[in-house]
Amino acid sequence: MLAKRIIPCLDVDNGRVKKGVNFVNLTDVGDPVAIAAEYQKQGADELVFLDISATNQRRKTTINMVEKVSRQVFMPLTIGGGIKSVADMDRLLKAGADKIAINSAAVANPELISQGAQKFGNQCIVVAIDVKKDAGQYFVYVNGGRKKTNLDAISWAKKVVELGAGELLITSMDQDGTKDGFDIKLYQSINQVVDVPIIASGGAGNVSDFSQAFLEANVDGALAASVFHFGELTIADVKQFVKSKGVVVR
Amino acid sequence: MFAIVDYDTGNTRNLKKALDYLNIENQLTADEQTILDAQAVILPGVGAFKPAMQALENRNLVAVLQQVKKNKIPILGICLGMQLLFESSEEYGYTKGLGLIKGNVKAIPKRQLKIPQMGWNQNQTFIKTSFPIDQQYTYFVHSYYADCPLENIVAGVDYGQLIPSLVQNNRVIGMQFHPEKSGRVGLNLLKNFQRMVIEDDFSSN
Repeated sequence: MLAKRIIPCLDVDNGRVKKGVNFVNLTDVGDPVAIAAEYQKQGADELVFLDISATNQRRKTTINMVEKVSRQVFMPLTIGGGIKSVADMDRLLKAGADKIAINSAAVANPELISQGAQKFGNQCIVVAIDVKKDAGQYFVYVNGGRKKTNLDAISWAKKVVELGAGELLITSMDQDGTKDGFDIKLYQSINQVVDVPIIASGGAGNVSDFSQAFLEANVDGALAASVFHFGELTIADVKQFVKSKGVVVR
Repeated sequence: MFAIVDYDTGNTRNLKKALDYLNIENQLTADEQTILDAQAVILPGVGAFKPAMQALENRNLVAVLQQVKKNKIPILGICLGMQLLFESSEEYGYTKGLGLIKGNVKAIPKRQLKIPQMGWNQNQTFIKTSFPIDQQYTYFVHSYYADCPLENIVAGVDYGQLIPSLVQNNRVIGMQFHPEKSGRVGLNLLKNFQRMVIEDDFSSN
């Protein structure tokens, strides 16, 4: 059986991990290679790096970072943030990324999804969707959650898969940072309309949040940042617990 | 020296990085003589079967890889590279493969499962092997699988049905998963392949 994936997410600026990661044994808390290696040791199934660099110059350093991480860490790497063209995707994949996540650029130019999928295969293209509820309806937000669109999140999920997205990374902005658990209803609704893997993001606070997302919403992976970075939970804690609830993990 | 066949498909560099990390001397090459002089040949690949066979054909590598087998040089095919070792594939219409192992490549039946199979799955061995793979998880990304005789299936995973994950016909070996993306387990499998090459020990039963 295919295992459910536990995925730490790292914010990267200018080739360094932002918002320090608080592992006791790391002296350089911003070093992406050391952090990635530590997560590999802990048993992470995949890593997501989100480039939050504001300028093109700083973004270029992300390519070097991917190059370095993939020389030392041997698990799937997804890179997102600021990717606007097939050429951007190509550079990151050549540097060692396995998957590319696009968000605002996919909304601005949906063709980018199909162009990427045709060139690199559907499995390379992850569409990230930031979602916020308004009057009972889920809306898509862009520009790092700062700008609301009039796109319905469920219909948009369906559309991007038709265009060639091989995986969806869905962040609930309402849950993000609350540690109140994942938005189960959101993932159930999206799982009904698409047949590609879904990664849930936003709201992870304790081990039972993960088992709930897997068992009740049948998501394929669950992503979290701060609970892992600050050692509140280890990957092993999460895996041990969800396993005891009958979820298959590595 | 291990030759990694360079035919402009998918991400061969990550495989190279894994071999470099393991200190296995290797070279990315499409040169006929370099491939035929290699200690072992690795055929990587991501993408679709038909354009990959076309790319090999364009570089005159189909005959070279068949010669590699005749010369008893070990070959390791990875992911699409493993599928190319078989006789044919039905991906986007019938396409002839390298024919180094008996069997045909078919689409994974959809049933209730998501296609591609993307993620970590647990291997079970069916044949005695020195590959340290039994009960281990490896990372898969694929929509097609090898339909081949049981005698060549060293290990497999359950994805609605048996999916061969490690196949072997003497010195021809195929891995459906990505060893270069399967953490410590994957690195150990590559290391084991290197040992088999050095000791010329390809026995399995």
